Amino acid sequence: MPTLTRWHLRTGLVCLVLGLLALLLAALPSLAGAWFALGLVPVAIHLLVMGWATQMIFGVAVWMFPRQRGERSFGSPVLGWGAYGALNLGLLLRLVGEPLQASGHRAAALLAASAALQLAAVLAFVLNTWRRVRGT
Amino acid sequence: MPRVSLWMVRAALLHLLAGAAIGATMLAGKGLSSLVGALALLGVHQELMLIGWMVQMVLGVGFWIFPRLPGRAREEHSGFAALAAVLLNAGVLAACTGDLGSLGWITAAGRAAELAAVLLFLRIAWARVRPYGLGAAAPGPTG
Repeated sequence: MPTLTRWHLRTGLVCLVLGLLALLLAALPSLAGAWFALGLVPVAIHLLVMGWATQMIFGVAVWMFPRQRGERSFGSPVLGWGAYGALNLGLLLRLVGEPLQASGHRAAALLAASAALQLAAVLAFVLNTWRRVRGT
Repeated sequence: MPRVSLWMVRAALLHLLAGAAIGATMLAGKGLSSLVGALALLGVHQELMLIGWMVQMVLGVGFWIFPRLPGRAREEHSGFAALAAVLLNAGVLAACTGDLGSLGWITAAGRAAELAAVLLFLRIAWARVRPYGLGAAAPGPTG
C-alpha cells in the first residue's frame, strides 16, 4: 500500500470520527438550534461525504487502479499529494468557517478558500486518475 | 479493467468534477451575496455526488474486482452491466433535470431508472459476493 494511500485512509478514518462527533454535538439538546449547532450540520455531512467516503475512494484508487509504467507507477506525486493536502486543508477551513458564518461573523474569505481548495483537490485527483482508468 | 467498469469509473469522475464545482460555488455563495443563487442547485449537487459519483464508482469497481465464478469469462454479464450503467447515468441526468425545472415526474422517472440500474447490478453481483477459494476463479483485480 503506497504512503499516499495510508495517509488518505487514516485521515479518512479521523474524518469519520470527527463527522460523527459533530453530528452528536449538533444533536445535544443544550445546543439544538444554537448557531454553533446549525453550522455543524453541513460540516458534519461534508466530513462524512468528502472527508471520509470520498477520501477513502481516493486512497484506494491510488493503490488499486492499473499502474502506469515507469517510476511514477502511482501517478504524479505532485497531483496526488496536492489533492490530499488541498482536500484536507479545505475541509479544515470549512470546519472553522461554517460555524463562524452561521454565527453571523464574516467568514466569506474562509469559505471561498475552502471551496477553491476542495475543487482543486477534485481536479488534481481526476487529472491524476484519468490516465490510470484503462482497459486491459 | 473490463470496458464497462472503465466507462463507469470515467463517468463517476466526471460527475465528481461537476458535483464539486457546484458544491464549491454553493459554499462560496454562503459568504458572497453575488453567488447566493447557487444554493438552488443543492438537489443537483446531492444527486451528482451521491449517485453519479459514489454509487457509480462503487458499482464500477465492484464489477471489476468481485471474485469471478469458476469457469466464467471476465466479460460475462457485461451486457447487463452496460445497461445498468446507461440506466444509472440517464437516471442521474433526468433527476437533475427534473430538480432544476421543478418537474416532479422527470425526477421520479430518473429515480426509477437509478433503482432499475442498482437492481440489475444486484442481479449480476449477488453470486460473485463469495469467499475466495471456491473453485478456480482468480481473486481480485487483474489489471
